[in-house]
Amino acid sequence: MPEARLFLERRSYRRRRIMDAVRMLPFLCALLWIAVPAMWPNGAGGTEAMPLSVALRYVFIIWLLTITASFALWRRTGREDKASADTSARPKA
Amino acid sequence: MTKHVVLVEDETNIAEAIRFLLSRDGWRVETLANGGSAAEVIRAAKPDLLILDVMLPGKTGFEIMAELRSDDTLAEMPVLMLTARGQARDREMALQAGVSRFMTKPFSNEEMLSTVRELTAGRVS
Amino acid sequence: MVSLNQLIAVCLVYVAGLFLVAFLAERAAFRGRGGWLLRSPLVYTLSLSIYCTAWTFYGAVGYAARSGLEYVTIYLGPSLVMIGWWWVLRRLVRIGRAQRVTSVADLISARYGKSNLLAVMVTIMAVVGVTPYIALQLQSVTLSVSIFAATETASGQGGQINDNAAFWVAAGLAVFTLLFGTRNLNANERHHGVVIAVAVEAVVKLVALVAVGVFVVWGVAGGLSETVARIDASPISTWQTGGGRWTALIVLSAAALVCLPRMFQVMVVENDDERHLQIASWAFPLYLLAISLFVVPIAVVGLELMPEGANPDLYVLTVPLSQGQNGLAMLAFLGGFSSATSMVIVATLALSTMMSNHIVMPLWLKLNDAGATQSGDVRTVVIRARRLSIMLIITLGYLYYSASGGSGALAAIGLISFGGVAQFLPALLGGIFWRGATRTGAVAGLSIGFVVWMYTMLLPSFGPDAALSAAVFDHGPLGLGWLRPQALFGIAGLDPTVHAVWWSLSLNTLLFFVVSIFSFPTPLERLQGAQFVNVFDHSSGPAHGWSASQGRTEDLMIMSQRILGATEAKAFFKREAAQQGRMGVPPVPTQEFVQALERELAASVGAATANAMISQIIGGQAISVEDLMAVADESAQILEYSSKLETKSRQLAETANELGRTNEKLTQLSLQKDSFLSQISHELRTPMTSIRSFSEILRDMEGLSAAEKTRYASIIHSETIRLTRLLDDLLDLSVLENGQVSLNARQVNLHDVIEQSVTTAQASSARPIDIRRKPRNEDVTLHTDGDRLAQVFINIVANAIKYCDAAAPVLTIAVRRHDEDVIIGFTDNGTGIPVEGQNLIFEKFARLGNGDADGAGLGLAICREIITRLGGQISYVQHDQGGSFEVRLSRTGLAREAQRLLPA
Repeated sequence: MPEARLFLERRSYRRRRIMDAVRMLPFLCALLWIAVPAMWPNGAGGTEAMPLSVALRYVFIIWLLTITASFALWRRTGREDKASADTSARPKA
Repeated sequence: MTKHVVLVEDETNIAEAIRFLLSRDGWRVETLANGGSAAEVIRAAKPDLLILDVMLPGKTGFEIMAELRSDDTLAEMPVLMLTARGQARDREMALQAGVSRFMTKPFSNEEMLSTVRELTAGRVS
Repeated sequence: MVSLNQLIAVCLVYVAGLFLVAFLAERAAFRGRGGWLLRSPLVYTLSLSIYCTAWTFYGAVGYAARSGLEYVTIYLGPSLVMIGWWWVLRRLVRIGRAQRVTSVADLISARYGKSNLLAVMVTIMAVVGVTPYIALQLQSVTLSVSIFAATETASGQGGQINDNAAFWVAAGLAVFTLLFGTRNLNANERHHGVVIAVAVEAVVKLVALVAVGVFVVWGVAGGLSETVARIDASPISTWQTGGGRWTALIVLSAAALVCLPRMFQVMVVENDDERHLQIASWAFPLYLLAISLFVVPIAVVGLELMPEGANPDLYVLTVPLSQGQNGLAMLAFLGGFSSATSMVIVATLALSTMMSNHIVMPLWLKLNDAGATQSGDVRTVVIRARRLSIMLIITLGYLYYSASGGSGALAAIGLISFGGVAQFLPALLGGIFWRGATRTGAVAGLSIGFVVWMYTMLLPSFGPDAALSAAVFDHGPLGLGWLRPQALFGIAGLDPTVHAVWWSLSLNTLLFFVVSIFSFPTPLERLQGAQFVNVFDHSSGPAHGWSASQGRTEDLMIMSQRILGATEAKAFFKREAAQQGRMGVPPVPTQEFVQALERELAASVGAATANAMISQIIGGQAISVEDLMAVADESAQILEYSSKLETKSRQLAETANELGRTNEKLTQLSLQKDSFLSQISHELRTPMTSIRSFSEILRDMEGLSAAEKTRYASIIHSETIRLTRLLDDLLDLSVLENGQVSLNARQVNLHDVIEQSVTTAQASSARPIDIRRKPRNEDVTLHTDGDRLAQVFINIVANAIKYCDAAAPVLTIAVRRHDEDVIIGFTDNGTGIPVEGQNLIFEKFARLGNGDADGAGLGLAICREIITRLGGQISYVQHDQGGSFEVRLSRTGLAREAQRLLPA
């Protein structure tokens, strides 16, 4: 760690939190895709099985939401990158 | 018959001075400025006298002497060696190499003429 | 109905179109155009879609018709990996670029100490795992052709047509891959033609499947809500998948995305820009979503419309056909055809790179004892090896297809293939995240995983009594019940896929972990491990060091010419030499240079082979001190110590050499000092001889003509001048040497100084010389003593005029700048100064030979003194023919030097 500063300027702080979100997104998604369907009844235990149309909708909606989130994060990181490049290019006062 | 001398000397001005002196004294002077081919020319010409400088381009005077000494037909030829360095060591080396006389530059014209006459006395008609 | 001939015609046109697209892309890339498209994130994302093969295209619908929503796991796994790009893919891509990795086998081998054993293992496993997959693509094409053929030809001819279709497809794909896959030897360069063709096919298959889906939902079912109602009414209306199978399949497909050789090829090797990965992190899941969206509707409608016993794998084709939608069916056929062909092309490309780099080339190197230094072009060998591998792999796929007779559902074969390549995962992930992972651990894990996979997944897939006897299925080999292939350790009742994935991957991981912990890695392994795991800390850092002192540049040059090609190799060497600050000469084989060369070669032939080739020439490898610091421990310290010793002894040897040279010079100098007096004597006596002689002639001789008198007097005069000049020189030198010089420093223009010097030098000599200059370069302002500088230049130019022994003498005066210095070079076209004289030319009276020189041999000694006083250097530089005098002046140095010389 060359310079471990305690407080970051707002922009760097933002950027780090966005990267946190990028890192966390797959875990959230995995939780929703793997853990939730694993709990669905499949009719084996005599219970009413989960209707396929509902399952289908669930999986695809999660899918779409995740893609949207991923897209939004990409837009944000891109903008932050550009912004931070601008600030670093500006001569220091 | 004209007396024939071969002069090996690379300094053109010195060579010209010697040529002037000796031709006035009745010599036919053949001048060589380079030591490299001197031995062959001398062997072919068999002159009555050889005047040899030490510091020469091609071969030094000592090297030329070493070559000529092996030739019996030239055993009688008197050799006058000239040098500008003038150290005792050079004189010894010259005499060992078999030269007849050793002369240090600069010399007087009188000295040159008398030495030449001395070396060739009684040999040349 | 579409006739078979129409079908074939459309196929041929399509294929010709692909060839054209690939060709145009290659040409554009070659001309450096079209980068905006070829290197765009869009093409990158689309090329990733080779994940979706014919299995996806046809098989997913069949899969859904059999097992409901389960098919979607095959897309969820990759989506998860892409969305989690930051964790694994980012790292893989960075490592791939930093280490110039050519394949997944290359990556694993490089990570574990460039082990060729691992490379061969991974290659063989990949070939075994992927061959059925290639066969599957051929099968899907023939199946789809058979749908069209069945309605037209008389029964009995169908099989014939199918076989022909498979054969021609295989042959066509081989030709395509040969053409566009082996154009560049450097596997690390992008195969633009292939990538663009794959991207086009990605669009075709997506459009085709979506078109069929839209037709089914709105054309057949009659809208969204009706479709949902039909789903609810269908035989697959409920959720049937068990949680274990659901999870296992997602994990399996996620692993496959990372491990499949073809995915590695497009994702890592063909990656052009790391930033594309983040774009693909949402774009590729979007593609997957789109391509899987209509799978269930098509399956449901197919189940409803098609007769009992119709192959659900072909609903994508048969549903439109049954509705009389021939055009749509044709599009669907092209979609399936695209999926199959793009997969085969890229998979073959990836596998052939692995095979030629890790099996054929090492064998060839071993069989050729002289190895890398022998003459001849290895490039042809590498390309031939790669072409041979391509043919071999496609042939294998075709043979597998013929032998298996096209049996089995598409999805089953796909999963088996996934299971095979997923065995790379522990070694791969362990390698990039855990520095403790060792080669032995990786070999152990891969071996057990592969064996378990073969035994529980691949061999049972052929059915009882095919590869494994029915008895083995029921009672285990040799009656060992706990070894039953579908119930290892007596745990029966598991789903066979879950069973196989669970046991193969967990045993693989366990063994990999345990053996890694208990084995000890070699230093190279540890260094590579540190490089891979800490790739973001020093991704430009070298992998390891070569003890380059023994390296021979010429041999390296010969070898790299044979692999990179003469032009590329020369360009590379030139670039490296320039980086070392050496112009026009080969680079010194420093450690950095050899490492750069190894990476360059690795991009063509893989890390292990490149390492082997370099070590053949360099002769053994050592590790650089810097790298060892990273792995500071006992062995590292020993190596570090010995490498320091090596440096020390080298320094000692250099010092001894230096001392020897100095001593030699001193001896020569003392000899010169000895003859100093005798030299002075000679130089003074020679002109005095002429003066004395002629003055006596003028004094004593009578009858001299007027002309003779004038001539002799002028001889005396010129010899007097010579004598005076000699005395001046001696005085000059003595003053300079004693530092009592008075410099008249001011602003001077170098051009004027050179101009004046050249004119003066030429005026004093009758010998003609052609002097070549570049006045533009000479326009330099110096703060120096212009007259003194001119004195030096006159001396050098006069020397050149006097001594240049060329028939047509040419003197080139070149001025160049180097940092704060100006270097003036005087080069003539003569033979130069003999080596034995070069040490002495700047010494006093060092006239070479007994040439007709009127100088006393003091000129260069004076030059050296002047230039030193002016704060510069003068040196004689030896070239191939002749040499040149170089005067180096500091543009600011004089002031400093003058300051120093001033008495305090």
